[in-house]
Amino acid sequence: MSAVLELVEVHKVYPGTPPVESLRGVTFTVDSGELVAVAGPSGSGKTTLLNLAAGLDRPSSGSVRITGHPVETLDDRQLSGVRAHRLGVVFQQFVLLERLSATENVATGLIYRGVPAAERRQAARAALDRVGLGHRENFPAAHLSGGERQRVAIARALVGRPAVVLADEPTGNLDSVAGQGVVALLHELNADGVTIVVITHDERIAGAMRRRVELRDGVVVHDSGRAS
Amino acid sequence: MRSHLRLADLLPVSTVGLRSRPGRAALSVLGVAIGIAAMVAVLGVTRSSQADVLTEIDRVGTNLLTVANGKTLRGGEARLPVTAGQAVARTQGVLSAAVTATLPVRVYRTDRIPAGRTGGLSVRVADPGLLTTLDGALLHGRFLDPALGRYPAVVLGHYAATTLGIRDVTDRPRVYLGDHWYTVVGVMAPVDLAPELDTAALIGAATATDDFGYEGNPTRIFVRAQTERTDEVAGLLGRAANPAHPEEVAVSRPSEALTARLAVTDATTVLLLGLGAVALLVGGIGIANVLVISVLERRGEIGLRRALGATRGHVGAQFLVESLLLGAAGGTAGVILGALITYATATGRGWPALVPPAAIGAGLAAAVLIGAGAGLYPALRAARLSPTEALRTL
Repeated sequence: MSAVLELVEVHKVYPGTPPVESLRGVTFTVDSGELVAVAGPSGSGKTTLLNLAAGLDRPSSGSVRITGHPVETLDDRQLSGVRAHRLGVVFQQFVLLERLSATENVATGLIYRGVPAAERRQAARAALDRVGLGHRENFPAAHLSGGERQRVAIARALVGRPAVVLADEPTGNLDSVAGQGVVALLHELNADGVTIVVITHDERIAGAMRRRVELRDGVVVHDSGRAS
Repeated sequence: MRSHLRLADLLPVSTVGLRSRPGRAALSVLGVAIGIAAMVAVLGVTRSSQADVLTEIDRVGTNLLTVANGKTLRGGEARLPVTAGQAVARTQGVLSAAVTATLPVRVYRTDRIPAGRTGGLSVRVADPGLLTTLDGALLHGRFLDPALGRYPAVVLGHYAATTLGIRDVTDRPRVYLGDHWYTVVGVMAPVDLAPELDTAALIGAATATDDFGYEGNPTRIFVRAQTERTDEVAGLLGRAANPAHPEEVAVSRPSEALTARLAVTDATTVLLLGLGAVALLVGGIGIANVLVISVLERRGEIGLRRALGATRGHVGAQFLVESLLLGAAGGTAGVILGALITYATATGRGWPALVPPAAIGAGLAAAVLIGAGAGLYPALRAARLSPTEALRTL
């Protein structure tokens, strides 16, 4: 198993008075094919961890490697390239373009890779099928239910076959039935070989994952260990 | 492995915002459209009116000259010699010449009108050749000829006929001229180059001599010269008309008055163009304003695009192109509106409708430029927005 995400002694300090040290030396590795829950109460540093893992921010010290690319040494263009080609991100608020159809929203996931429009649409339909929304292809995002919206967002993260999908509280804005559906989908996708990291404060979701990393006050207090 | 946004995708990506809020986009475009419409209309209306003046100059000709009695060196009224008319007509380059002379008498509708109520009308002696030389036309009746010139017959200028209540000449209407009755034989159409004739009553030289003691000294001679020699002829006329005192003769070119009208419209155009430019600038600020708000509202979308792999440049380009499109839309609408205004104005005034192609090109270019300028700041703000900050506000 190759490592898709490696964090080594990662510190993140936000300037201010006093400065806030959000992560204080986090080290852990995610291998290809894993399904990992990063759990912890609010303020434990989960979102900071997600931003670093998603290549949206850089560590104050330590190293974050996404499929071997050290985030801290890349400039904006290079880091954008890593995000476009290696990562898929799912947000708690879905973040869909309301005017566009489900297919168009999913296809947006490939737009910054320079994939031609026809190929994008084809891949987007396949991804929608995979999350069980094949029948909603041409629906405007604004007309979908919460659970459906999150599935569209997951399809968008999957469409480019990224090395890892990062999901930030993916059930946070859903009722429990829709939430369970989304969790089941993540398990299914992982069974198909998709590497997934779920960030959550929900103990039940975290408990159902094969591996669980627990954060508290910016440090890893428990790691159930790599599956391999 | 690099982030890459295809050029073909930039346009649809940039119109997401416009498609989401078409009403707002239309309003933000309005300012630029009004500015461009104002500028195109000003240029179009000016050009149309100039075209009208040019046709008028063409029609009346630039080869008409007038020779008049100027002032003596002591400031008195100079009279042209009796021979001036013939001498001018013999000058090289002169096609035709016609003599007129004002008489110290007035014309009235009847003999009961008080002498003071002249209506601003004058009485002039006119050569039979005057109408041809001026390229004038008659509305009714006939012009003076050598035979008629011996009888109490009068031809009225357009305004004079209206003032005296003469509508046509079939009933041989009479007017009271000096202390004689004269029969109206013709009415002239307005004469653009010699408006003083519109208010005149014209009689023949022979009857003027008999009735009013006219001695044959012209006060104004109209001269039609060969077009290419007009300037040269103008220089010769003073000496021809009054060899003893050429400096007392005033030679002028009536078409210059029309040329001056062209210059006057140019000055007004600059002023109005300035006003159009102000409207355009305000329109540009409107676009910038709307885009700044749009960047704030669409932080989530910006964060999403960054997470999907967009570089700062991609996000900046998206908003810049959106602004360019708004500018171009405003420019297109403005050009169409300006052309319509020009067409309506010109048609209403009987001018040929002309929208200079340069105005259309410049209008569109200015609108796109304004769009680019307006988009620069919002695009920079969008590009500089850090992705984590953009996503935090969700």
